[in-house]
Amino acid sequence: MSVQQVPAVEGWFTGGEEPALIGARGAESGSYFFPTAVAVSANPRAPFEEREEVLLSRRGTVWSYTTNYYKPPPPYVAPDPFVPYTVVAVELERERIVVLGLLAADADPAALRVGLGVELTLRTLYADDEGEHTVWSWRPVDSEVE
Amino acid sequence: MAGERDTDIAVLGIGMHPWGKWGRNFVEYGMVAARDALADAGLEWRDVQFVSGGETVRNGYPGYVAGATFAQALGWQGAQVASSYAACASGVTALSTARAQILAGFCDVALVIGADTTPKGFLAPTAGERTDDPDWLRFRLLGATNPTYFALYARRRMDLYGATPSDFAKVKVKNSRHGLHNPNARYRKEVTEEEILASPMVADPLHLLDICATSDGAAALVVSSMEYARSRLAGPPVRIAAISTVTPSYPNTVIELPNFASDSAAGIGGVPDLGFKESIAAKAYEEAGIGAGDLSLAEVYDLSTALELDWYEQIGLCKQGEAERLVRDGDTTIGGRIPVNPSGGLASFGEAVPAQALAQVCELTWQMRGHAGDRQVEGATAGFSVNQGLFGHGSGVIVVR
Repeated sequence: MSVQQVPAVEGWFTGGEEPALIGARGAESGSYFFPTAVAVSANPRAPFEEREEVLLSRRGTVWSYTTNYYKPPPPYVAPDPFVPYTVVAVELERERIVVLGLLAADADPAALRVGLGVELTLRTLYADDEGEHTVWSWRPVDSEVE
Repeated sequence: MAGERDTDIAVLGIGMHPWGKWGRNFVEYGMVAARDALADAGLEWRDVQFVSGGETVRNGYPGYVAGATFAQALGWQGAQVASSYAACASGVTALSTARAQILAGFCDVALVIGADTTPKGFLAPTAGERTDDPDWLRFRLLGATNPTYFALYARRRMDLYGATPSDFAKVKVKNSRHGLHNPNARYRKEVTEEEILASPMVADPLHLLDICATSDGAAALVVSSMEYARSRLAGPPVRIAAISTVTPSYPNTVIELPNFASDSAAGIGGVPDLGFKESIAAKAYEEAGIGAGDLSLAEVYDLSTALELDWYEQIGLCKQGEAERLVRDGDTTIGGRIPVNPSGGLASFGEAVPAQALAQVCELTWQMRGHAGDRQVEGATAGFSVNQGLFGHGSGVIVVR
């Protein structure tokens, strides 16, 4: 029996074999933006420019990281019992942008360091009657298995 | 110190309600702070021509319209009024509004008040299914609490500059010693490095005692034109020489709470010379006509111990990567080269959002007057208080005598 997988948020990332974050690129400025659905910055030289949807680079390097040992307040959906989770900030070379994400579920937080290469993958954020709600995450390239 | 400028205003009176977890209505705290600030200024409430309130979003409608709430609590007397919300920068935004009214000649004397009552634990986003609110989404999709962001900055210091958890703990040890001498501080107990490192890990590498709590508290300032101050005081008044409320300049390459991403540096226009926090300081120094080397002390927003170290570099007390040395060598302890957070900082207070930046200005004023008691920085002539509000509200104040 296969479990239904549902994105935890619509329009922020693609699925499939090679998932990617959905960002935007300014037609005049060449600046990249993520996410696109909520208020983000603009390049002040072109605040009203057209933006085209682009998939952001799937690989980047670790800018920083932390493991959280306290259960955050809602709307975070915490498992019971609570499990510590790791947040990684990743720098994308082409976009010159730093993007947050969870660490991949099968990756070891102890292996993280600033500058480590990582790749985008999807993981389960939480599960309920609707199925598994997925979210983007970062996995160290070296620790890739299979 | 810095010569008087046309854009200076005077601090006539300061007052605070002690920080704590009192669980009472924020208006009560604000009233105590206002009473003390007016008494300190030797003025009656009816002398105040402009009321400027720092808002809190946690106390319903009265919090949103704090200026009118305090004016009502003090008794309507027809003063002009404004309310300012800018998260942690709310207090200084309210002060900046008062200064503009004074400098424009619309009033001579203004009362600025910030007060808060906070819930326990992590500051959480507004309730409901708010899928268009990045503050809601960061909790939902990432569990990215405020300490998560503080920890990202702290970890970067470790991997880039060789900082250690023990360096971070030294900041708290210092601030807890400073706070011993502050009757308005919530925590007045010396904390050891061992206790900090043994406290529960919240967001690696930050322990519970590395992160500031949330508190109830209030602070108020009576400010006036220089002319008005001279007509009332025998000696020269303590002056506000600069208020910096700048936004970042694009691209802000640091990932800021509550965002999912930094700005992109790939587009036209390049990257500015100064990061956001550096630019808050630069604007303040430019306005006051002084530099970091002229400061006698600084009050910086130590939401975490490691963040205080970031500020050392961002306000120019040392070069990037050298902040750990300052705290190790005792440079930022009272009696050192450039004392930081002589009040005890957020480490000893816990944050009361709309009051905190005003409390920092109260501390600078006590220090300039030479009235800071056992935490006095000898011969203080210029002090800088600095923080930032969510998304991009700069908050910096230079107080001189």
